[in-house]
Amino acid sequence: MSVQSETPVRHKQPGWIAWGGQQRVLIALILLILFGALRYDHFLGAFNVLSVLRYNSMFALTSLGMCFVIMTAGIDLSVGTTAACASVVSALLSPYGLVPGLLGGIGAGALVGVVNGYMVTRMKILPFIATLSGMLMASGVGLLLAHNQSVSVSYDTDFVWLGQGDLLGLPVPAWLAGAAYVYGSVTLNFTSFGRYALAVGGNEEASRLMGLPVDRILFWTYVQSGVTAGLAGVILASQFGAGQPAEGVGWELFSIAAVVVGGTLLTGGVGSVATTLIGVLLLGLIFNVLNFENGLGWISLSAYWQSVVRGVFLMVVVMAGSGPAMRKLRTA
Amino acid sequence: MADASVVNERRATSAALNFLRRYAALTALIVLLAFNFAVTPHFASFQTLNVNLTQVATIVIVSVGMTLVIATGGIDLSVGSLMAIAGALAPLIFLSPFGVAHPALGDALAFVVPVAAAGLLGGFNGWFITRFKVQPIVGTLVMFIAGRGIGQVVTNGNLQVFHNPAFQFIGLGRVFGVPFQVIVMLVLVALAAWAIRRTLFGRYILAVGGNERAARLAGVPVNRVKRWVYAISGLCAGIAGLVVVSINSSSDANLVGLGMELDAIAAVAVGGTPFTGGQASVVGSLIGALLIQLLRYTLLANGVPDAAALVVKGAIIAGAVWSQQRGKRA
Repeated sequence: MSVQSETPVRHKQPGWIAWGGQQRVLIALILLILFGALRYDHFLGAFNVLSVLRYNSMFALTSLGMCFVIMTAGIDLSVGTTAACASVVSALLSPYGLVPGLLGGIGAGALVGVVNGYMVTRMKILPFIATLSGMLMASGVGLLLAHNQSVSVSYDTDFVWLGQGDLLGLPVPAWLAGAAYVYGSVTLNFTSFGRYALAVGGNEEASRLMGLPVDRILFWTYVQSGVTAGLAGVILASQFGAGQPAEGVGWELFSIAAVVVGGTLLTGGVGSVATTLIGVLLLGLIFNVLNFENGLGWISLSAYWQSVVRGVFLMVVVMAGSGPAMRKLRTA
Repeated sequence: MADASVVNERRATSAALNFLRRYAALTALIVLLAFNFAVTPHFASFQTLNVNLTQVATIVIVSVGMTLVIATGGIDLSVGSLMAIAGALAPLIFLSPFGVAHPALGDALAFVVPVAAAGLLGGFNGWFITRFKVQPIVGTLVMFIAGRGIGQVVTNGNLQVFHNPAFQFIGLGRVFGVPFQVIVMLVLVALAAWAIRRTLFGRYILAVGGNERAARLAGVPVNRVKRWVYAISGLCAGIAGLVVVSINSSSDANLVGLGMELDAIAAVAVGGTPFTGGQASVVGSLIGALLIQLLRYTLLANGVPDAAALVVKGAIIAGAVWSQQRGKRA
């Protein structure tokens, strides 16, 4: 599943070290789950597992789009406000049914993606600035459409099923996110779009000289990121029963953190869809574990500790994956 | 002869166009001012000037540090969180039993300690980025996430309300009618603009941003320069944090400096400092921040809703950066 750039040096290591080095995010996730399962009674209970999946599927979706954008050495700061804007659009369309609500939200997201992609490829504005501008515009449009208030969704149609329903025992949002990740993984590994996206991120100039349609690829990664953010917005609206124009603050940075934890480099050219999902689950479960720890009653960590813990965790991951630390691993 | 004059004329118009493009932010600012003098009621008053300047001051103070960071080819996402930490620490100090017992010393410490703490954490950003060769966006993302949490943890997430005229002079005081934070802002802008042009450190910053490898080979202490730049950005954020809590007469670690990193980055971008590093225009960042602020004021003063002003703000950021790039390429 994962696509990693393997340097020749790495092949000289004993196999298990190399494997451990590459799969360290997965190992960290397994250790965290084991820790939780052994320490807390209901950690692996159906209720906890399902609510973690239901809630984190929104972040999984925005992180998936972000992952592709980052692979091309870009960045998308607009995912949070795009989701907020899309949640408003889908809430407004929810009285007309499930499909209009779903397509409306996705369409709104795609539109933001088109604007971002246009600014990056045609106007040649740096992705950071272009999507910062897209972020402000999406937020403004969402607030305008919602008249600065949250918009309640219609409970007469089955729109809320998208966020609150279950299918074969699993939450519908988890199915949607899962399908998106299967699509993302197949696209990255088995289609020319995926391979080209990695090539563009590795060396844009060389890709252009080789005749790859660089601008078209960049454009579509931003549209794709808009679509996944739009879908996250649809889930947001139907899960909480309202389109929320002021939601989504900080989602972009959470998504970037998840992608980084998953081992995708911000310099582009290297990336993995599967480990991005692991990164999302890791960051999400830390919050969950802190809640359980408080529930035990031995310590009382306020909710504010969770951002400190998340930040320190990100720091450790970055340190472990950094140049000096990896060199130590290689010479060991 | 006739042909030559046509060519000259065309050259002159394209030169003028290029000038307008390169100084798009300044041009737009002047146009906007002229528009306001003509249309917006009560615009030409001392009060309007003060309202706009006090609102923009914190963004400009943070942008000064941000400009230096961006000139080295980096970026600092942690400024808002550092503002929250500084804003949380100051009232803790002057409301503590020690601060109440020794008001003068308590107030002095309430200035120095939070700013120093923010500077140290900024220095930590720089250390982390240079020691582990992390990309600045990731390195400062750590402090962005953890920093606000630290601010919330030390105050337990509580709102701290206070009334302390001596301390609040930084946000509410006036010197000859000019708000004190505007003076702080102007001093910092002047200091940074001078440092970039006239000091070795300033030249080092531009050298590191222009070509890091070449700078290293030429003997520039690249890592030390970077650490200092992030520390300075932290110091600026700390000062801005104190200004914000002084204006509010309260400190809420959940809200102080929220989204400030993007406001500051936008001001720097509109001001014409390129994100590739090697150039810095602190005065440009001042103009950029003023333009964004005045645009919002103009729209709100003329009855446009705040949400629509957001859309226009997004468009103006993209438009300014786009036109500057075209101006440079031509």
